[in-house]
Amino acid sequence: MTAIETPLIEAAQLNGSNLVLDESAERRFLVDRTAMTSPEIYAAELKKVFDHSWLYVGHESEIRNRGDYVRRPVGGRPVFMVRGAKTGAVNVFHNSCTHRGAVVCRQDSGNSKSFQCFYHAWTFSSEGNLVGVPGRDAYPDDLDYEQLGLARVARVESYRGFVFASFDPDIIDLVEYLAGAREYLDYVIDAQGDLQILAGTHEYGMQANWKLLVENSIDGYHAVPTHDTYFKYLADLGTDLAGGVNGVARDLGNGHAVMEYLAPWGRPIAKWESIFGEAANTEMAAIRADLTAKFGEDRAAVMCDHNRNLLIYPNLIINDIMAVTVRTFMPTSATSTDITGWQAAPHDELPEVRQRRLDSFLTFLGPGGFATPDDIEALESCQQGFASGGVEFSDISRGMGRDPLATDEEQMRAFWRRWRDQMDGQRLDQMDGKRLDQKDGQR
Amino acid sequence: MSTVVTTPLAQLTRSDVEELLFQEAELLDDWQLNTWLTLYTDDARYVIPCTDDRDANPASALVLIDDNRMRMQARVDRLNSRKAHREYPHSNLRHLVTNIRLDAPVGDELPVRASFAVWRFRAGRETVYVGRYHYRLVLSDGQLLIRSKRVELDMTALRPASDVAVIL
Repeated sequence: MTAIETPLIEAAQLNGSNLVLDESAERRFLVDRTAMTSPEIYAAELKKVFDHSWLYVGHESEIRNRGDYVRRPVGGRPVFMVRGAKTGAVNVFHNSCTHRGAVVCRQDSGNSKSFQCFYHAWTFSSEGNLVGVPGRDAYPDDLDYEQLGLARVARVESYRGFVFASFDPDIIDLVEYLAGAREYLDYVIDAQGDLQILAGTHEYGMQANWKLLVENSIDGYHAVPTHDTYFKYLADLGTDLAGGVNGVARDLGNGHAVMEYLAPWGRPIAKWESIFGEAANTEMAAIRADLTAKFGEDRAAVMCDHNRNLLIYPNLIINDIMAVTVRTFMPTSATSTDITGWQAAPHDELPEVRQRRLDSFLTFLGPGGFATPDDIEALESCQQGFASGGVEFSDISRGMGRDPLATDEEQMRAFWRRWRDQMDGQRLDQMDGKRLDQKDGQR
Repeated sequence: MSTVVTTPLAQLTRSDVEELLFQEAELLDDWQLNTWLTLYTDDARYVIPCTDDRDANPASALVLIDDNRMRMQARVDRLNSRKAHREYPHSNLRHLVTNIRLDAPVGDELPVRASFAVWRFRAGRETVYVGRYHYRLVLSDGQLLIRSKRVELDMTALRPASDVAVIL
């Protein structure tokens, strides 16, 4: 592209503390833009971040029946999740034959009791056991079938149906890892009842660093300027926009964060808007009454009225807004990202409610929506701007020194602090909480 | 704006249908989006299923686009504004429509299939969408109009094309 070679960056520069400058006394939080442009940092992230975090694999509703499977890239590695035909357990395997390496699960989803490698026809059960080796008599009698089963991903845990895996056998338990994010995940799950992931996957991409999408997904500040056409669409349909996007931002610990706010749009659970049509009003009031009976007035009000953009570090976003999205993404280079989005909804939802939810989802969200393409444009625009040079840092200090609002940047700082620590090689179970204390001291 | 025809639905020729489909392609390439809308009935639908679920029913599954006429108008209004950032400035588009096949009429509708490739050039990048159109056409006061356009993409994922901010 250019005749000028980009100098390889110094090993010391790969450390998070050199890239994230948290200068609380000055109410200044700066991120070195090299973090978004450097191939060396991308390579280091794969090892330091993605190999030592809990990563979202999928939802148990996607593999409801025994033998159901889905094939997923997780942390950039091909794996597959299968409900064992015998035990009903959720297994996540490295998608690689233990013989010579070919992938053994070659369809994106399906149902199968066994997985046969087409190369030499070794066969594995849905529990991962090696069950067939053609010409077995060529091997010594003691061919160790047990040893040659499919390799399980080091750790797999489910939180209320959300399945996570980690390649780090020593990582802390999922619930402990989720920290304060657990409470917000509970709001989403409780509000949906029997939550399922709907058929249909948004598989899109962008030419920008993945961390820009982390920031964008929990950024209330950009909503009004960037998404003018969406708000105009709502206004044309009779929505009162006066309240804007009003709420708070919270650091939930361990890199997780949420922005929680009231917004002008309707919510398919129980916040009616004229866009849903008169007929929906009674029905949505009934849903609200039901949630109030089940969870009490306060919790129900949070579920029905509050929007949540939840980041589960490092790369899972659950947006409980005008619809419920489950979105994960993975860098394919320092400057490109694969994005995958699903929609969550109650399993037994009435067709009219489902239709409103889908309409609501598609007008704002996804690669064909009225907003997401503009987010992609914004992030690619940042990436192009970084290439211009001349500006070393991005400023992420908005709202420092006050109780941060949804339109502030505390959510991003929560992410960047944990990213800094991981890039510094800090494990969660070895952290002494010093940094958290420092942060509390600022307030 | 649309082709005026005098023959009944069952006697429409491929040439009649081609005229409508080629006209649509040209209007989209020229970004004449308000005129493009006049090719559609008031109860029109424009649907693009996800790349992993091409047979999806948009009433129950997640799709990429599921527009009724009102949302088609909103999409056009958005794309005509300068605030649709992904398409301001607009991409250069070229809709290629081929392999047009007419099926037997069903009620008052003529089902039509066609293959397409849409090239999109913007800011030094090129992307291509390839797939099959499924149309349902109707005759209304001698005008051949589109009641439904379903766009089934052949790509296994949208990733190289990034998004579907343009009208396919």
